[in-house]
Amino acid sequence: MSALEQMYQQVIMDHAREAHGRGLVDLGLPHTGESHQVNTTCGDEVRLRVVLDGDTIKSISWEGSGCSISQASISMLTELIEGEDLEMADETFEAFKALMHAKGQGLDEQREDMLGDATAFVGVGKYPARIKCALLGWMALKDAIIQAQKGAPA
Amino acid sequence: MPLLPDLRPDFPLLARTVRNGKPLVYLDSGATAQKPHAVLNAEAEFYQFHNGAVQRGAHLLAEEATDMYESARAQVAEFVGAEPDEIVWTENATHAINLVANGIANASVGIGGTESARFRVGPGDEIVVTQTEHHANLIPWQMLAAKTGATLRWIEVDDDGRMILDDLESVVTERCKVLAFTHASNVTGIVSRVDVLVARAKAVGALTVLDACQSVPHLPVNAKALDVDFLVMSAHKMLGPTGIGALYGRKELLDTLPPSQFGGSTVKVVTMDTTTWLDSPHRFEAGTQPIAQAIGMGAAVKYLSDLGMEAVEAHEQELATMLRQGVADLPGVRLLGPVAADAGTSDMLAIAAFVVDGVHTHDVGQVLDDRGIAVRVGHHCNQPLHRHFGIAGSTRASAHVYTQPEDIDALIAALADVRTFFGVAA
Repeated sequence: MSALEQMYQQVIMDHAREAHGRGLVDLGLPHTGESHQVNTTCGDEVRLRVVLDGDTIKSISWEGSGCSISQASISMLTELIEGEDLEMADETFEAFKALMHAKGQGLDEQREDMLGDATAFVGVGKYPARIKCALLGWMALKDAIIQAQKGAPA
Repeated sequence: MPLLPDLRPDFPLLARTVRNGKPLVYLDSGATAQKPHAVLNAEAEFYQFHNGAVQRGAHLLAEEATDMYESARAQVAEFVGAEPDEIVWTENATHAINLVANGIANASVGIGGTESARFRVGPGDEIVVTQTEHHANLIPWQMLAAKTGATLRWIEVDDDGRMILDDLESVVTERCKVLAFTHASNVTGIVSRVDVLVARAKAVGALTVLDACQSVPHLPVNAKALDVDFLVMSAHKMLGPTGIGALYGRKELLDTLPPSQFGGSTVKVVTMDTTTWLDSPHRFEAGTQPIAQAIGMGAAVKYLSDLGMEAVEAHEQELATMLRQGVADLPGVRLLGPVAADAGTSDMLAIAAFVVDGVHTHDVGQVLDDRGIAVRVGHHCNQPLHRHFGIAGSTRASAHVYTQPEDIDALIAALADVRTFFGVAA
């Protein structure tokens, strides 16, 4: 597999084409938080909304535009994190960041299991300019959770 | 029109390989150009044999350094048809534009006294730019308007990115004090109608500031013939070093524009509460200057002059046609701007910014990079124009004197495969 094919694995292309969670959902619930993140190098942006139910991330929805790496990454994090608790979200984010900085080498089995399909982003780590693309949605998630925890009303 | 001979042997970087041994196809010269041996050697020789502080010191090295530094200024001046004392060294073109805008802002609060009064702007006055400016020739004018209470206006562009000049008289009016515009667009490659714009500015008594970053490296440019008041250029796009650019200004303007960066080497008399400045260019060159870079810029303009700018222009016109037509002919690819220059108007730059249907610009750039082809992706520091085109960004290929037709062939061949790779080909 070439470096390019390693970066654009089929599962990434699939998520980019048919993204999960696209379209902001308004559940009208308290503990809703939202974050708008922009990649200043290319103008890609995402607006991501989470709803917390205690320590559980009850809902993730988003709208945005960007490259296949950013869109697929947001789609996969929606699948991975929705319904999980905050601690798991945090650990998964840490694992994903570690994957991004692994220079294409992959992680240990435990963390790769945690990331599931998102392990496919391993190839992005070889291209420093693209790491921001893959992290855009995760930065939005982290910030949206903080906003939700502030108890921002729905 | 004839192409230049293959100059790639003069540019050592172009011999390297990228991404697992692929030959480099460098099509990002609009962002920064590669450097010939002549420039690399000029900088190295300065440091190896002549390094000394300029315009001070009583020793041989200081004399040699000063002579080389001022000779470089004279070379750059000659290159754009100016006198040496009409050329101010700056960090880059961005700095040069800020120098003019901030100088006007300082004059507007009374710095420089009556001799600088002609630069004053304030409420009721207008500063006019265009919708096709690089951020570097937009934001300094936004800030000047904000500081002085003047109003910022702009000349709009049509669907192809051409400035709309039909109603120029309603945009550039008697209230206009500064008209700042690009000589050639870094997105569409359109070369502006400087004659029309300058004539209108002169009719209303406005100062003209020409962003010549994209033109000076590729076309013969003569500041006097264009009859602009200020002109900025950037060495690193002209085969020269980074960290150096130049501002051309008409002598009587430079001698009265207040400086905006203050420090040593710029002053006549300093008391505890007053300062008077040297004449230009020294009043603007505060602190130790980038001496080796200035000498490198001198070597770069000598290299271009030795090629002959008419020959450079002919080469790039040939490439512009190949590049823009080649991109425009690809199915599912939208070229920004017209394919060729309008009848009766000037050249197009050998630049092509484009959008591939269904594929994000970053993804396009990645596939090209995998083939060893270096292009620019994103908004190219020109968000308003991309917004005008209804897009967030584009992919841009841009040529220079060392670009050969096979570089463009490689680009077109790779682009033909991009949509297939992403599964969006019809």
